[in-house]
Amino acid sequence: MRNQTIREKIVTAALWLSALIIVGILISIIAYISLKGISAVTSDFILQAPSHAGAEGGISTTVVSTVYLTLVSLLFAVPVGVGAAVYLQEYAQTKSLFAYLVNLTAETLSGIPSIVFGLFGFVFFVIFLHMGWSILSGSLTLAIMVLPTITRTAQEAILSVPAEYRENSLALGASKWQTLHKVILPAAVPGILTGIILSIGRAVGETAALILTAGSSLGMPQSLFDPARTMSVHLYMLAMEGISMQRAFGTAFIIVLLIVVINYLANLSMRRLSASAR
Amino acid sequence: MENTINVPGTIRAARSMNNTLKNKNRHVRPETFIELLLRMAAAVFILAIVLITVFIFARGIPLISKAGLNNFLFSTAWIPTKGYFGILSMLWGSLLVTLSSMVWAVPLGMATAVFMAEIAPRRIGNILGSLVEMLAGIPSVVYGFIGLIVLVPLIRNYLGGNGLSILAGAIILGIMILPTIISISRDALLAVPAEYKESSLALGATHLQTISRVIIPAARSGIITAIVLGMGRAIGETMAVVMVTGNATIIPARITDPVRTMTSNIVLEMGYAAGDHQAALFATGIVLFVFIVCLNLMVNITAKARQSHAKPNN
Repeated sequence: MRNQTIREKIVTAALWLSALIIVGILISIIAYISLKGISAVTSDFILQAPSHAGAEGGISTTVVSTVYLTLVSLLFAVPVGVGAAVYLQEYAQTKSLFAYLVNLTAETLSGIPSIVFGLFGFVFFVIFLHMGWSILSGSLTLAIMVLPTITRTAQEAILSVPAEYRENSLALGASKWQTLHKVILPAAVPGILTGIILSIGRAVGETAALILTAGSSLGMPQSLFDPARTMSVHLYMLAMEGISMQRAFGTAFIIVLLIVVINYLANLSMRRLSASAR
Repeated sequence: MENTINVPGTIRAARSMNNTLKNKNRHVRPETFIELLLRMAAAVFILAIVLITVFIFARGIPLISKAGLNNFLFSTAWIPTKGYFGILSMLWGSLLVTLSSMVWAVPLGMATAVFMAEIAPRRIGNILGSLVEMLAGIPSVVYGFIGLIVLVPLIRNYLGGNGLSILAGAIILGIMILPTIISISRDALLAVPAEYKESSLALGATHLQTISRVIIPAARSGIITAIVLGMGRAIGETMAVVMVTGNATIIPARITDPVRTMTSNIVLEMGYAAGDHQAALFATGIVLFVFIVCLNLMVNITAKARQSHAKPNN
């Protein structure tokens, strides 16, 4: 009996330890990047254009490209993703083949590695549709990548709207669509917002797919048809080719900072979502 | 009335949405139009998968049939300039890096999931949950960067070789698949009905006995899902791996040797490849794609089986 309690204590301690290791890994990553990167980040670093392939100057063009690509991809992905969620939750027969296929393909899509999306974006948008390496090709590829996230969170949000809202609205004589866009969608906004925030995180971090679809030009993009290099792609180039480690640390710090903020916001909006579901 | 859609009429009807009650016919049309639009949005998912499959296969299959499937998959000669396209060393590379990352990430992830679901006080469990999400949110290029700056020199100094190695890839990749393993296993553990646990405890089993003999077996299929999805993530990961594994197209002998994975091969050479060489990269993508889709379908089917299995009990 005593042996057993000792064993139990050891196992419990091991479980605590494994959790501590996870926390340790995360904290050391963030601390390391912050300590090494924060000194490189000045207003000039963010506001100046890079020169000499990034060895000199700042990272302004990559910041602009990142914002540009993120916004354009959301412009495509949000209406389609939310529309699909509304269809699946409100219109589709749950047992229909169509709904089954949509769910299955959404699931599959979320598991496909970004490099495969990159290959597809390259052969389809860049070559087949003649969009070239551009913001547009990159954004469309990114849009497909974030669609499952947007649809899933929107579905959850719609699901969490109390049935009485719907019933009351319909009972008052509102049509299905009126109920949807006056009652259900407004109530589902926090969930949709969560999906958007998570997608921004994915867009900021995405690298492999964008190298193949948006190119890696360091210039300031002037239009949707210009190639562009995001911060993540820039970090890859700086580090892999040993161009400037100091600037690589600075770029990594800004990316990590953004991700931490985005994560915090996503958490916040998710908590609001589950609070409203109660 | 559901299938007759004429667009000008629909738009007119849409304009008079506010007066819908006056005319029942007009009331129906915008609704049908909207339903069609939403259906099209949902269809984008199917369309995307079809297009991805068709376009990648169309670009890659001709090369595979030209080189011969056997030569493509089981030759180690990757010399694009001479027309040799054998990806065995990369298949091997992907497999080695993936498996060696799972060797340590699966046990650690499982232990953490058990801790979060069963041992941790609620508050600590929640905080840990957010931290794990944060770990999942850090971009792969940042992981790769840290691997390159911190791990690679450590391995070079203490274990020999030039540091760019299977080991570096396994460590970085393991960290990256931890969130997948932890959050899916935790959800599976939490989904085990409370009565199972209560009955076991009531029979005099200790908490840890209950965890290992009752809760974990009951959550088995969810845990397998977590491991399979983690594996999928590891095989598909690109940026972190390309930055730390050295990318040599050799069959490695030691864990400190460099390897090139299939994903790295694509991202390294797409920039300048053309013709057959480019097609060979798409063919590499096909292998990757088929692998991932099979893993996903496996998960989906076992999940389905689990659901239909669980129903009679409820």
